[in-house]
Amino acid sequence: MTEPLLRVENLTKYYGSRLGCADVNFELWPGEVLAIVGESGSGKTTLLNSLSATLEPSSGRTLYRMRDEQWRNIYELSEAERRFLVRTDWGFVHQNPADGLRMTVSAGANVGERLMAVGDRNYGHIRETALDWLGRVEIAADRVDDQPRSFSGGMRQRLQIARNLVTGPRLVFMDEPTGGLDVSVQARLLDLLRGLVGELGLAAIVVTHDLAVARLLSHRMMVMKDGRVIEAGLTDRVLDDPREPYTQLLVSSILQV
Amino acid sequence: MTALSVKNLSKTFTMHLRDGVILPVVDNVNFDVAPGECVVLGGPSGAGKSSILKMVYGNYGVDAGAIELLHHGAIVDLATADPRTVLTLRRDSIGYVSQFLRTVPRVSALDVVAEPLVIRGVDKTEAQGIARDLLARLNLPERLWSLPPATFSGGEQQRVNIARGFITHHPVLLLDEPTASLDATNRAVVVAMIAEKKAAGVALLGIFHDEDVRNQVADRIVDVTAFAPKVAA
Repeated sequence: MTEPLLRVENLTKYYGSRLGCADVNFELWPGEVLAIVGESGSGKTTLLNSLSATLEPSSGRTLYRMRDEQWRNIYELSEAERRFLVRTDWGFVHQNPADGLRMTVSAGANVGERLMAVGDRNYGHIRETALDWLGRVEIAADRVDDQPRSFSGGMRQRLQIARNLVTGPRLVFMDEPTGGLDVSVQARLLDLLRGLVGELGLAAIVVTHDLAVARLLSHRMMVMKDGRVIEAGLTDRVLDDPREPYTQLLVSSILQV
Repeated sequence: MTALSVKNLSKTFTMHLRDGVILPVVDNVNFDVAPGECVVLGGPSGAGKSSILKMVYGNYGVDAGAIELLHHGAIVDLATADPRTVLTLRRDSIGYVSQFLRTVPRVSALDVVAEPLVIRGVDKTEAQGIARDLLARLNLPERLWSLPPATFSGGEQQRVNIARGFITHHPVLLLDEPTASLDATNRAVVVAMIAEKKAAGVALLGIFHDEDVRNQVADRIVDVTAFAPKVAA
């Protein structure tokens, strides 16, 4: 663990003449969780989509240390290499589980599909692994043959997490993973995520507008405004001693219970 | 030999939401803490005691100065360290008992206490055993151990927090009013636990408003009012 996993250099994305995000630089290390916070339109989702090669940036590079220890610019990978990353070495947890799940196949198949994509053909092993993962995200074994259409929002989100983690990824991108869920369901999901990330030593990049989520899950955070990173550092430091006017506004706007 | 050395530290807050008002907190803070010594920050409320503790733990940034910590035999300046280094320092070299417990939903009191050991690679069952001993010593009723501390009383939460802070053997331990909400029996337990840490060579830096506790644990009192910023005329 003497090397980072991801190196982002001067990443900039324009949509025509409109700025998405500009001049983003950071490194992410194995086991490290980075939160990206900021209001709607601040560029956090553009950044996340660029980092996960969903979007092609206008300039800059994102270097990733592949499993063979080679550093590669993810925008220069072949389609096959990119697909390998997306299907096995990376996970992407979408805010809306329907974007990350196949709603009309069973829960078990949603998890098993990722395993088949990496070449597992043993039906018994696939089903066993799927059941194990459903258990780890607290979905009862008797729901394995049900379609996620029949699941609650919280269950769908947990299923999406199982689908992403089953292949043992090294890096997981999460876009507002607890957005749109009831607070009690959010708490359960956060606790589950926190446990899994720690247990598996995952690196993760979590986009959220919820500072409590950032505090609970992340080691470091970046605050974005108008497409730029305006403040970054240790999560505790940014939240307890915010420097920038906008970060102070964000922190002081949290409702106290 | 010192375990913690604070040099020429200064801190101001700039309140951007209050028209950029600048609040000076402390200026030119200097003190050392040796292994086996308990140094207490003294002075009235608002003098900057908690701010100093938060700077030493890295929760507050500093404007100038150094916070030198002994870390695996080398000296590391926490004031200028990057976030990854600060996290390593916190894992291995500096612990903190905050005044209030930040509770995590669904995690039991026992696991809250055991977590710092588990993070350092101790087997979970073993860590839970040590956590049990600490909670028992602090008289936290056993029926509470398996519950998340969110609904506990102030005194119960504080004991969970103390157990969590004392479970590891960090060479430097920061204490922010650890006895504030405790009854006399449990205050005496904490005083004894602090004495054991000192005997084990831990450098302690703390804030204690309770005079009786302060007199029992302090080897030296550092008067924080001496670091009051000079107000420009």
